[in-house]
Amino acid sequence: MLDNIQKQLLKEVADLYKMPKGAYNIRANGEKAARNTTENIDIVTKDDKPGIDIIIKDGTKNESVHIPVVLSESGIKETVYNDFYIGEDCDVVIVAGCGISNCGTHDSEHDGVHRFFVGKNSKIRYVEKHYGEGDGSGKRILNPVTEVYQKENSFVDMEMVQIKGVDSTHRVTKAELAEGATMIVHERLMTHGEQKATSVYEVELNGEGSSTDVISRSVAKDNSEQIFEAAIIGNTVCNGHAECDAIIMDNAHVVAVPKLDARNVDAALIHEAAIGKIAGEQLIKLMSLGLTEKEAEEQIIGGFLR
Amino acid sequence: MLELKDLTYQVEENNETLTIIDHLDLTIDDGKFIVITGPNGGGKSTLAKLIMGVKELTSGQMIFDGEDITECSITDRARKGISFAFQQPVHFKGIKVLDLLRLATGKNISVNTACEYLSKVGLCAKEYIDREVNSSLSGGELKRIEIATVLARGTKFSIFDEPEAGIDIWSFQNLIQVFENIRKTVKGTVLIISHQERILNIADEIIVIENGKVKKHGPKDEILPELLGTADAVNRACSKMS
Repeated sequence: MLDNIQKQLLKEVADLYKMPKGAYNIRANGEKAARNTTENIDIVTKDDKPGIDIIIKDGTKNESVHIPVVLSESGIKETVYNDFYIGEDCDVVIVAGCGISNCGTHDSEHDGVHRFFVGKNSKIRYVEKHYGEGDGSGKRILNPVTEVYQKENSFVDMEMVQIKGVDSTHRVTKAELAEGATMIVHERLMTHGEQKATSVYEVELNGEGSSTDVISRSVAKDNSEQIFEAAIIGNTVCNGHAECDAIIMDNAHVVAVPKLDARNVDAALIHEAAIGKIAGEQLIKLMSLGLTEKEAEEQIIGGFLR
Repeated sequence: MLELKDLTYQVEENNETLTIIDHLDLTIDDGKFIVITGPNGGGKSTLAKLIMGVKELTSGQMIFDGEDITECSITDRARKGISFAFQQPVHFKGIKVLDLLRLATGKNISVNTACEYLSKVGLCAKEYIDREVNSSLSGGELKRIEIATVLARGTKFSIFDEPEAGIDIWSFQNLIQVFENIRKTVKGTVLIISHQERILNIADEIIVIENGKVKKHGPKDEILPELLGTADAVNRACSKMS
């Protein structure tokens, strides 16, 4: 059974107010807390290391899998390996995410290693939210690794969100795309206090007509630090676009490192990066509508990270 | 009523003090539709920004409805009933037209109510309500949304800084109609900075600002013929030269 803190964390990371419909696996404090499988989606515990295999049958449509993780005990450190085997012609939603509540003095850390094997013509929407809370001195640390292997004409839409409370993150996302495959990534990140967040993407466009769009929007407050690296490698006729748009505040530090690697004359690759403070004109406009400067700032950030 | 007493605004440029507004006195009565005009660089937009508090006075005093607002912030002036439509509307990534109208009204207004404001500025509401106020909108569209935010506030004193600036002639034709409608429907004081004869033509009063001072101030019927006369004189002179 989940306690109230764990339920609250689930709400934050997976918008879950009760047990979800469809397949799910809920991991709490390093243990399996609940699991459900369906006719088309099986979840199997790995026997060689911590983690699960999620096996989705060919032709599975309009189904979802939730695999949230919550840590509410201080001092837990774990690395979990989850593999998704997605058949052909599927259309599924996968919701992951990790919430840490650390009121203790020891660091809590969850490192999720997710691998996605996406079959031909399948469409996946993947949502991963990170959230931290608790007033203990122990740090809340999340280091996710995501690997995506997309077969012909598959489509992956990833939404990565980390808005609050995670002290340290090092995110690595790698993808390899076959012919006609598309990968879209929307990353939204806000850091504050002394937080550090690094996000590294490497997308290899291997198949003809493959494409990717990696979009990051972030806000860095206080003394926090963000590093965003996006590398797109075009090995054939393909389209790649990466965009990093950051608002910097206070004494924060933001680094954006674009890397485009074209190995074919027909690889069309674009990178855009912009870092800047909130424009004075934006604040003035909202203040002229009657908002205080602080309220104006909140609205601008809220919209930016929407 | 807005009383501007001995307003001066100076800036430092290359170790020189430039006087943009020069000991200007002006009283604007309630409920009037007033157009401020005058040569470029004469101080019109600066005056408007001083009233909203976007720029800070060097010296002088501003009294709004009997209350001294000289030291008030932008937020305070907005809350006391002054609105401002900027000459160059800003973009907001992620903020939608509906959000901006809700912020303007200070209420969680319904989509229908928001649509009414958009209709008033000649925008097909359905197409715009969910769009972000970003660079995907044209200059004319942004200008109308900007005007809609001021209408949505419905304050007793509304300033429009050169609504015609930066928009194409086709959008301008529609914009004139928007202001003709505002003229008929708005109850508070409207202050528009404009060079356009058709806007000057619907004014109760015209104020001419030149070299940071009020050069002329009076009823439209008195001031407009003088201005047009001047323009005619210029045109005649130009035609003789060519």
